[in-house]
Amino acid sequence: MGTATSTDGDRSGGSADAESVAGAAGESTAGSPLAGRRPWVRAAVWSAALAVVLVVTALASATVGPVSLDLPTVAKAAVNAVGVPTSVGVSVGGLSAFGLTIPVPNVRAEYTYLFDLPVDRTGEVIVRRIRLPRIALAAVVGFALAAAGTVMQGFFRNPMADPSIIGVSSGAAVGAVATMALSITGPFGLQLSAFCGAVLTAFAVYLIATEGGRTPVATLLLAGVAVQTFLGAVTSYLLLHAGQDLERAIYWLMGNLDNAAWDEVAVTAPVAVGGFIVLLAYARDLNVLLLGEEEAHTLGIEVERTKRILLAVSSVVTAAAVAVAGVIGFVGLVVPHMLRLVVGPDHRVLLPASAIGGAAFLVATDTVARVGAFAGGPLPVGIVTAALGAPFFLYLLRTREVHSL
Amino acid sequence: MSPDLLGPLAALLPAVESDESERTAADRTSNGAKTGANAGADTDSPPDATADPLVDVRDVTVSYGENAVLNDVSLSVAPGEFVGLVGRNGAGKTTLLKAINGVSTPDSGTVRIDGAAVGDLSARETSRRVATVPQDTTLAFEFTVADAVEMGRTPYHGRLSTDPDATAAVERALARTDTARFADRTVGSLSGGERQRVVLARALAQETPALVLDEPTASLDVNHQVRTLALVRDLVESEGTAALAAIHDLDLAARFCDRIAVLADGDCLAVGPPDEVLTRDRLRTAFDADAAVLSNPVTRAPTVTPFPSTVALDCAVHVAGSGPAAAGTLATLSAAGATVTAGVLPAGDVAAAVAADLGVETVTAPPFALIDAEAEAATSGVDAAAFDRFVDGVSVERTEGARPSDDDEGVDLDELFG
Repeated sequence: MGTATSTDGDRSGGSADAESVAGAAGESTAGSPLAGRRPWVRAAVWSAALAVVLVVTALASATVGPVSLDLPTVAKAAVNAVGVPTSVGVSVGGLSAFGLTIPVPNVRAEYTYLFDLPVDRTGEVIVRRIRLPRIALAAVVGFALAAAGTVMQGFFRNPMADPSIIGVSSGAAVGAVATMALSITGPFGLQLSAFCGAVLTAFAVYLIATEGGRTPVATLLLAGVAVQTFLGAVTSYLLLHAGQDLERAIYWLMGNLDNAAWDEVAVTAPVAVGGFIVLLAYARDLNVLLLGEEEAHTLGIEVERTKRILLAVSSVVTAAAVAVAGVIGFVGLVVPHMLRLVVGPDHRVLLPASAIGGAAFLVATDTVARVGAFAGGPLPVGIVTAALGAPFFLYLLRTREVHSL
Repeated sequence: MSPDLLGPLAALLPAVESDESERTAADRTSNGAKTGANAGADTDSPPDATADPLVDVRDVTVSYGENAVLNDVSLSVAPGEFVGLVGRNGAGKTTLLKAINGVSTPDSGTVRIDGAAVGDLSARETSRRVATVPQDTTLAFEFTVADAVEMGRTPYHGRLSTDPDATAAVERALARTDTARFADRTVGSLSGGERQRVVLARALAQETPALVLDEPTASLDVNHQVRTLALVRDLVESEGTAALAAIHDLDLAARFCDRIAVLADGDCLAVGPPDEVLTRDRLRTAFDADAAVLSNPVTRAPTVTPFPSTVALDCAVHVAGSGPAAAGTLATLSAAGATVTAGVLPAGDVAAAVAADLGVETVTAPPFALIDAEAEAATSGVDAAAFDRFVDGVSVERTEGARPSDDDEGVDLDELFG
């Protein structure tokens, strides 16, 4: 309190200011500290690298099967299969339920094939008619699940979130199992009823968790868990009464790509890619949402609207995947984590990397499932994703430091 | 204090007062913290009279359930003004800040920023007008500092296009907060103080005319507390930003803010320059604490020393003695509510300065001089019978000849100095 300290105090107070001013001056002349840090460039580089991984995985996968094919044959056949749609007709059919119209895209396309490389006929047929559709569908499903999983983990700020967290898969399961168990025949097949079950469930969970225009994430999460449990009971009950369809139903529940055909790829791919593009447009908002909703609001995010869009789009994307492939767990949970460890948390990079990585991951695991390398016969791919994904994830956890999202 | 008691002391009082006002005036120029053109400009005008407020809170009421957290609060912040929001926990500080940045919607009343009502603005428009430094941030730890600061540009990005000014704005914010050298490190690798500067940099990158800060110094060490507030002060002065900060530390608020608003139980008790607002009575109402309000000899800003309000003295005490011991005694007694007088004190002594700050009637004599006749006359004129206690400034004992007060009050002083 003496006067002797007063000058010292003034001086130290002043020097703090002087220091920050000097720091400011120094930095502005020292060149841009931000040079060379463009997230979209990083995103493109990672996407390209992972796309190469995907193509290599797909080609390698196509060589494997009851009939072994060599890589050149597969590559040529695959190149011959590259077609450019010359006329595309998209008709949107609608399913009305509870005053809600669910658009169902119908894509009819005529393709012109650009290449006609000389290749062994049998090999080409095997590759184009049997293996490639399945590989393509695996890629699309993996792409969709990993993209939706990435968004859900960011959205819920919860590392345990997966694409089905608001009940999408359980809804799809009820739809699919009901169709099989009750032998419902109608204008829509198994896939459509699974898709509708999934989307309706997501919508119901959203409505349950919303009050006064606000949807608290915690409520959404718990409502999702409750609805999943309830729908699990419904599925179990339906299984009890499934009779001779029991095995088929259980096989569907495990997730498989056995009946893959180009038609399914043609329907699922546009939904997955279209949804992905919308989600990618919200990648920056997802980053900001990681800070918490109030903080995101002060940074200019319309939080509730953004949440609605993210939920709706990722639910539809997930539903499209689950409808054709059944409940394939773990891809949407583990792949985003793996890629987050590699490319970092920025969704502008993570989302595309995760989606393409998910595609490669599911192609690889489905190859194992197809060949049934460990069981002497084909397996549902859902078993393989979990059996391979979990140990690999644990390995990453032990070797890399994981803090949070 | 009764006028007749003043007697001979009265002659000395004007000198003490003019010294005091001179010091207050000197604050504004020598302080270093507040040198802005606006500093002190509003000294005598109520907040609503401010010419063109950038942030204008009018009659805002916010309730959670049935409890009104804010009750018809009005407050304005002019461009180039730094207003501090003080009040005890739960007084409504954070609620007020959230009404301003649009996170919560008031039940009644309006908040205008730069002329536009926040209720009518989108989140994007609001965030171009007011930036927020939140109380605790969950700043995504894995992001790099540059990415975290870049999030401040969110309101300027299009859905599919990128804000062309982003890089420049982020660089300015990094430079200003002295965080550029961390740009490529992850937020998680920084210390708490550095992280707070990153949050501040993010708010700066928003380049808004208004800035609200919720306890920006709450978890920082002293160095970072001062640096953070000096930075806000600098921003207010150089950019004309209107800043409103909830600050727990009254000394820091008094030192860096042009005006202070005191919130208590959802009401705005007072708004004005720190030395007018931070008074013992108001602190008692707002914080339920007895406090001595002195003038910090270094910063010249009011400094508040709170005491736990356990003892209430309703008595007159004369303190004899000098130096820090007497100064401490004066402050403690004064905060406890006693009517205190002091002397004879050497002029310029710390006890004399404290006495002046506390408004304690004091008799002084030139230092290193014998007590002159005038001073002696002043103290000898003190009627011992009017006092409950004489205190020698070091130990508290009942002095021979002092009139004993009610015996049940007799323990108070011992308790006070325990």
